[in-house]
Amino acid sequence: MINLLWLQSGGCGGCTMSLLNAESPDLFKTFEGAGINLLWHPSISEATGSEAREIIDAIDCGIIRLDILCVEGSVIRGPNGTGAFHMLSGTGRSMMEWLERLSLRARYVVAVGSCAAYGGITSGGSNPTDACGLQFDGEQKGGLLGNTFRTDKQLPVINVSGCPPHPNWVTETLMSLAFAEMTPEQLDSLGRPRMFSDHLVHHGCPRNEFYEYKASSQKPSDFGCMMENMGCIGTQAHGDCNTRLWNGEGSCTRGGFACINCTAPEFEEPGHSFVQTPKLAGIPVGLPTDMPKAWFVALSSLSKAATPVRLRENAVSDHIKVPPKIHPVKKKR
Amino acid sequence: MTRLVVGPFNRVEGDLEVKLDIEDQQVQSAWVNCTLYRGFEQILKGKRPEDSLVYTPRICGICSVSQSVAASRALADLQGLEMPVNGQRVTNLVLANENMADHFSHFYLFFMPDFARALYKDRPWFERVERRFKAVTGTATSQIIPARVEFMHLMGTLAGKWPHTLTLQPGGVSKAVQSQERLRVLAVLRGFRAFLERVTFGDTLEAIAELDSLDALKRWAATHQGDSDLKLFLEISEDLALDQLGQAGNLFMSYGNYPLEGEDFLKRGVWNGQLQALDLSKISEDISHSWMSQSETRLSPGVGETQPDMSNKQGYSWCKAPRLDQQMVEVGAFSRQLIDGHPLALSLYQDSRSNVRNRVLMRLLELARVTIVMEQWARDITPGEAFFLDNGRLEDGIGIGTIEAARGSLGHWLSVKDGKIDNYQIVAPTTWNFSPRDATEQPGALELALQGTPVRDGEKDPVAVQHVVRSFDPCMVCTVH
Repeated sequence: MINLLWLQSGGCGGCTMSLLNAESPDLFKTFEGAGINLLWHPSISEATGSEAREIIDAIDCGIIRLDILCVEGSVIRGPNGTGAFHMLSGTGRSMMEWLERLSLRARYVVAVGSCAAYGGITSGGSNPTDACGLQFDGEQKGGLLGNTFRTDKQLPVINVSGCPPHPNWVTETLMSLAFAEMTPEQLDSLGRPRMFSDHLVHHGCPRNEFYEYKASSQKPSDFGCMMENMGCIGTQAHGDCNTRLWNGEGSCTRGGFACINCTAPEFEEPGHSFVQTPKLAGIPVGLPTDMPKAWFVALSSLSKAATPVRLRENAVSDHIKVPPKIHPVKKKR
Repeated sequence: MTRLVVGPFNRVEGDLEVKLDIEDQQVQSAWVNCTLYRGFEQILKGKRPEDSLVYTPRICGICSVSQSVAASRALADLQGLEMPVNGQRVTNLVLANENMADHFSHFYLFFMPDFARALYKDRPWFERVERRFKAVTGTATSQIIPARVEFMHLMGTLAGKWPHTLTLQPGGVSKAVQSQERLRVLAVLRGFRAFLERVTFGDTLEAIAELDSLDALKRWAATHQGDSDLKLFLEISEDLALDQLGQAGNLFMSYGNYPLEGEDFLKRGVWNGQLQALDLSKISEDISHSWMSQSETRLSPGVGETQPDMSNKQGYSWCKAPRLDQQMVEVGAFSRQLIDGHPLALSLYQDSRSNVRNRVLMRLLELARVTIVMEQWARDITPGEAFFLDNGRLEDGIGIGTIEAARGSLGHWLSVKDGKIDNYQIVAPTTWNFSPRDATEQPGALELALQGTPVRDGEKDPVAVQHVVRSFDPCMVCTVH
């Protein structure tokens, strides 16, 4: 059996809530199938108070083996480096101290969500609690555990980022660890498992046809592409959100709103409105990364000129105004 | 007198520590400490007002949509915006989906497992309850998790994902529901109804919603054929006298919920033995026992301040103490159903005021009532008509957004100056219920409810305390934010 401990640090609990959305099979069947034994989880275990403290103490002393430590939420370092903005209830110790101690005991450390990975939303604005990630502080390596931290399996902290992450990003990462398949090469430079991060949110977006012709949406509820006006950065954001789907049939762009790149460090401070595309001389800044800008602009004006009426009309509508034409299957002789 | 510190409290959302003074096998006094501060009100300062729709849902992963709706209502209030009726229907459906999923998870995953603890092994119901409700391994878990997942497919269809959607906007919703999606939503709702009727209630939702008194409920339990989890709860409740456990104060509040074409499905108001109108200007937050400093001990949220400060010698929590007309208030499903005037709620109030049993029963009643009306909203969605009108042009001023989250009344107070957020104050349901003492030493609702709670010899984590705490379905991440 693989022993897993889950701790909630300075976050919203949404990563756990997302995890409970796992299906086919559900979370507990997935754990059972992977041989994962949940030592303690703050939302679902029976053990509370002193019972929970005994489990955590036993791990700390090495009496219970800790295979995987999952941390959800940012590391809270404030005020003044004390971590006192977040004490682990009943223990008189800061969560920051517990994370440092228990990370040394774990064979694998998994940062679940962008807060634990990079600091995330909790580190937004003036970052009043001096929040950071386990091994990153925003884009900078370091964080709580330091750049050189490796578990005895020679792996850095594994960053299953996202706000929240898709439940299967978490369960599949845990399966990969339980089966001892994860290697350092399978992580990208931000510590994210490449099986998810080598995809873009743009892949499989149902608005792709509108994107091709730059038929853009003007306001929420319009059908068009949301890149030109609505702040969407799905063409640059890493994640398989539109090929895997959320809560059955959903994704951000399917819900009619912009991808805000929540799997990336510092997504919480884009430097401009989340839902309005910043433009220079009418041209969106921050175009797709792997294409020369001049080409993109040239292709865009060409495709805009060639936009079919169907796409131009439907892009600014909340229902299909112009349906696709029905073509006879066999050509008339 | 012995002092117990209970924590970490699990099967509540977020971080909670409770200090208890115990004498004569009873809790004499309780102090509730919310041990995590993140500073959302500080983070929001200087942001674009519409960015609150990205930040505030992330206060809480379990009340994410509730925060979203409160933020969008504050923006709409500031600009005097109305949303089209399709937008109202979808907003209500998404909010109700979160609220009902929370009631459902609370009952099965957070609250009931405490009755499957070994210390109850001498009770006549123990074997059945252990088999059904044991945390993680009970038969309920393997049914409830998939049923909840399926119910939340509504989020995938209407809100893109859960938690943390951006669908809900001041001027409507960004998701224009199409004909096939409307039917998908209805299919999901019918599936959830079937689960509730077969497993949770063992009767139709309508039959549960129509129970009009405690006597009618008891009659139903005694005569209705077949097993259900509601009946099992009633059996436990009778045996352990849960109606005598965890009584809080006498003042209840609801902001009202699920507005449609100018009318709330659940009414707004205050109850102090009779229904009163709610005056938002009577709300203030007191920091006398918080690790906070502000220019005055008590401030209205409209001019509230958030400055963490551990030097307050009287402080014992990051939570401020909200009060209505300087009185402690209880919020949640019991308050909501009472203020809405449901006859079963009124009857339970007459019988025994607020307590562990009544809080749990009113959540279950709400599950039945709201699931029924969700089907109506879904049927009435009209594809082809507008879902979104206009988010307006933000001007400086003040906006207030009030809604009911699963756990009770949630308010956002927004103030915009020079196009930026000048002040943002959030008063969440558990801020009310789990507040610390105020300047007059008046305890919060949980602190009062814990007084007199029995403690058995040698208990380190008194089980009755666990029942009382969880009967409020606390959300600690919202509480302090």
